[in-house]
Amino acid sequence: MSAASKTPSMFDLSGQVAVITGSTKGIGKAIAARMAQHGAKVVVSSRKADVVEAVTAEINRNYAANGGEAIGVPANIGRRPECEALVAAALDKWGQIDTFVANAAINPYYGPLHEIPEDAFAKIMSTNVQSPIWFSGLVCPHMAERGGGNFVVISSVGGVRGDAKIGAYCLSKAADMQLVRNMAVEWGRFNIRANCVAPALVKTDFARALWANPVRHETALMTYPLKRLGDPDDIAGMTLMLASRAGQWICGQTLIVDGGMMAGIGRFE
Amino acid sequence: MPIPPLFDLSGKVAVVTGASRGIGQSIAQQLANHGAKVVVSSRKAEGCDAVVADIKDNWAQGAGDAMTITCNVSDRDECYALIDQTIAAWGRVDILVCNAAASTHKGPIKDVPDWSFSKMIDANIRGALWLTDRACPDMASRKDGSVIIMGSTGGQRGSPDMGLYAITKAADMQIARNLAVEWGPQNIRANCIAPSLVTTDMADVLTSDPKRQEMMEWVYPMQRIGTVEDVSGVVVTLAGPAGAWMSGQTITIDGGMMAGSGREEG
Repeated sequence: MSAASKTPSMFDLSGQVAVITGSTKGIGKAIAARMAQHGAKVVVSSRKADVVEAVTAEINRNYAANGGEAIGVPANIGRRPECEALVAAALDKWGQIDTFVANAAINPYYGPLHEIPEDAFAKIMSTNVQSPIWFSGLVCPHMAERGGGNFVVISSVGGVRGDAKIGAYCLSKAADMQLVRNMAVEWGRFNIRANCVAPALVKTDFARALWANPVRHETALMTYPLKRLGDPDDIAGMTLMLASRAGQWICGQTLIVDGGMMAGIGRFE
Repeated sequence: MPIPPLFDLSGKVAVVTGASRGIGQSIAQQLANHGAKVVVSSRKAEGCDAVVADIKDNWAQGAGDAMTITCNVSDRDECYALIDQTIAAWGRVDILVCNAAASTHKGPIKDVPDWSFSKMIDANIRGALWLTDRACPDMASRKDGSVIIMGSTGGQRGSPDMGLYAITKAADMQIARNLAVEWGPQNIRANCIAPSLVTTDMADVLTSDPKRQEMMEWVYPMQRIGTVEDVSGVVVTLAGPAGAWMSGQTITIDGGMMAGSGREEG
């Protein structure tokens, strides 16, 4: 970090508490780590207790000097009681939640939409759409009481275009965009902002099936104007902005972070 | 307090047009507060000089600095000169914020006089293109740059009395998309910001009307109009490391307006 600011930065998150689901790797981990680096207290969560513990320790080790702090709470966000326990743990520890990031999602099926098994479809919808709705009900009344808050769903550019192989996942990600629009209308008056961040292909384990496919990978590099896949930090930065003073009047929106893909096809060279 | 790393603009040079007041002034302050050297530009030097003095006193970082270069963005030569003089003084342009705009007609499009039509096309569309014509090749030489164009939610919907202005703001969104495609391989990002009503001198005309004020509560789920700080922080985000993979997009800043009405009744 460089010279001190004369005026406090809009992006200082000191005093904030954030809960981030799916935050032991990839985009979720980058969001948790960067928020802690910018001074926030964060709740790290995913299904596996040992991984949660390791990432929590790593964040505490790296960012305690910045005022960052982490606790770990394992949870399967597809199960409502575990969602309730996650929110309760954050409130027990710090008494407040300023930012909730619904990042965890599943993408278990690869093939034509009409052939998806019913249980796979149900699981996608409950994990990617219903679970964020549960969380909104768990955190928004609390945020409203405290005078405001910030709710972010990590969606996907898949939610604004068709995809031949992961149609149901894309359908769930489009639903997330409508969810934040509706949350904006329902909770905006309480100074709660709800927004989506929608990335294109980011180099994470979650998306490995996509970028490990050489045709998809090559096509992405050719067609993304910025000529590279995303990095988890590219998504963390936008999410952090939404949590900060800078994002206080952004509400009901979807921020597409895609290396320019949706703007138009880059040159084939 | 150290500059937050994802928003650190140390060593960068920024040019902000229309920076003598309102949103542009706040953008210049915030860029400086996050470490950038800032060129404060508008048509008249006096307004800019006051902003420059304030930035030096209250916002600029150790390495940061501020200076005035006047520019009428509806004049091609002045646009070129703004970029050329910046490079002559500070060696580079890393961040270009096309914020200056003209809104010279209130009423139906069919009544816009030719001079007013040309003024808005020149200032709001051609000005942004002239500035990027000159700035993007310099950014490309370092394979790094960020162009931010001030659009408006007006450019996403029809407007009964500012139709041509709205058309130019829609064009700004397309400029960002096209610059993204043309300059992306040189690692230049181009994005548009589309605010709804923000408290600046320009907007006070509308907000002083009590009827308008009541309508506000119907229109905005967040039940307030915007402040300049609601916009300027997003510019810092797009200008710096946090915005490294965002290009060709329009970020709408509107307190939920486009999402739907916040009123339960009616």
